Amino acid sequence: MAISDTGSRRMRRAAPRIPFGGWPEAGRATGRAAISAGWWCASLGLLVGFWELAWAVGWANPILLPPPHIFLADLTDQFRYFDPTGGRAGAMGEGGSVWSVLGVVGWTTMRVTVGLVLGFVLSLFVGVAIRYFDVVGKLTLPLVTILAPISPVAWIPVAVFLFGIGNAPAIFLVFVAIFFVMTLSTLTQIDQVPKEYIQLARTVGASKRQIYRHVILPAILPGLFVTLRMNLFAAWMVVLIAEAVGVGSGLGQVTMMARNTFNASLVFFTMTLIGLTGFLFDKAFGLIQRKVLWWVGPSNVGGL
Amino acid sequence: MSPGAPPEVECTRLSKGFDGGVEVLREIDLRIEAGRTTAFVGPSGCGKSTLLRLIAGLERPSSGAVEIGGRPPAETLRRAGLAVAFQDPSLLPWRTVRGNVELALKLARRRPRPRAVEDLIALVGLSGFGDARPAALSGGMRQRAAIARAMVTEPGLLLLDEPFGAVDELTRRQLAQDLPRLWEARETTAILVTHSIHEAVMLSDRVVVFSSRPARIVADVRIDLPRPRPAGTTADPHFLALSDRVSAALAKGMGDRADGLAAQ
Repeated sequence: MAISDTGSRRMRRAAPRIPFGGWPEAGRATGRAAISAGWWCASLGLLVGFWELAWAVGWANPILLPPPHIFLADLTDQFRYFDPTGGRAGAMGEGGSVWSVLGVVGWTTMRVTVGLVLGFVLSLFVGVAIRYFDVVGKLTLPLVTILAPISPVAWIPVAVFLFGIGNAPAIFLVFVAIFFVMTLSTLTQIDQVPKEYIQLARTVGASKRQIYRHVILPAILPGLFVTLRMNLFAAWMVVLIAEAVGVGSGLGQVTMMARNTFNASLVFFTMTLIGLTGFLFDKAFGLIQRKVLWWVGPSNVGGL
Repeated sequence: MSPGAPPEVECTRLSKGFDGGVEVLREIDLRIEAGRTTAFVGPSGCGKSTLLRLIAGLERPSSGAVEIGGRPPAETLRRAGLAVAFQDPSLLPWRTVRGNVELALKLARRRPRPRAVEDLIALVGLSGFGDARPAALSGGMRQRAAIARAMVTEPGLLLLDEPFGAVDELTRRQLAQDLPRLWEARETTAILVTHSIHEAVMLSDRVVVFSSRPARIVADVRIDLPRPRPAGTTADPHFLALSDRVSAALAKGMGDRADGLAAQ
């Protein structure tokens, strides 16, 4: 049929737009990546340049604001402060290496990840239950609305009372930081599912359970992932505070130790690590998001 | 009654108003014969789509009642005895064309029928696009997929709300040839909302013409053209005469509104 022909031609023309679809396109993608990397370097270079200049001219005191060439000069010395077990808080460890730094970063990342997964799964569960069961909604919604605006910082003592010192309070605080927002977002997402989708399911006799499983759940996932990603940085901020107060290891603990020992170089080195880790975490999340939500065009996935 | 048998539809003193006092339908009495195709035509915004939604059980009447095969629409819904294709195809974006059609079967708690699904996809002219996602299709192709989805459960009652709106003229004519054959073979009661007089006369056994809001029935035209109706039917003098009657009734229904506005 003539119509199908034009349709398939359109498909064929659209095909190479899929990443890695063809050589010329891949070449152009590499070119674009190089340009993007160039701008990244320029953007970072701007900050480093100003900083180094300020140091060279004498505005920045090298003891309080050591520029990158100072705090990145003796890495092995910096590494000695990183002890993934947290056993030597406040003192230099013996023979710190790249691995001990990665260990510290790994622990912090683990706490963020576990907190995020728990928060995402439970908020989805609670949000759906609120809309699915009328009684659950009436009992839970006021509570969620009242607890949502309480800052995770206010939860710190509660976390320590409940879980003592260790991983649990940090994970709990990450959980608290996203749980209420994500629950409310789940509700909004459910309410925004196009009513035609639900009506069409109803006209063929679908049960409420079927509608939730086959229509509502897949329809709300893209929006929830976007909300989760926007709250990623909040989770990273909270975990550092939690580690500084209630864990005794991790990047937050190293930062606190650096502050207490007046080690400005270590402060900036740790900040660099935090920035890099957070950036990589966000990139990894973006990849997962695109894999899981393959039906949402790239333009719709949280500004990717 | 077996789930597939075409039911008759009866509307009794059916009225519908929305919040804010907009009266859409006023005391509609209408009986739609089982196994026939009936078209609703009327000026846009007159309430013919609302009537369709009332029959589908998606809206509650303000007063009066709808009965499908002697029972309320809710019961027909539960048995998956009817299917709707809206003006907006509303395909689920995370499912392929095939996935959307199959989901309708699954939600209706029917056994999977891969063969029938493929046949329907071919019938609406989407062969080769079963694995395509809605985002990759044109508006017309999406509407055709929505028609396949509506027909896959073999409903006794098929409600079509401007289903050919975004379909190009050529496909539209092809569908007008193929679809009636399909629902006649299975004796489906079909209701088609359209503002194309041509389509209404070509596809149906009866055309009900509505006035502008609040909708009243201004004409009820029996289309006694023999079936099947080949493309040449449009040149048939009887076809033209019937189209003229529908057209005149439509103008009269619109005229009522013009008079009403003049009187205000």
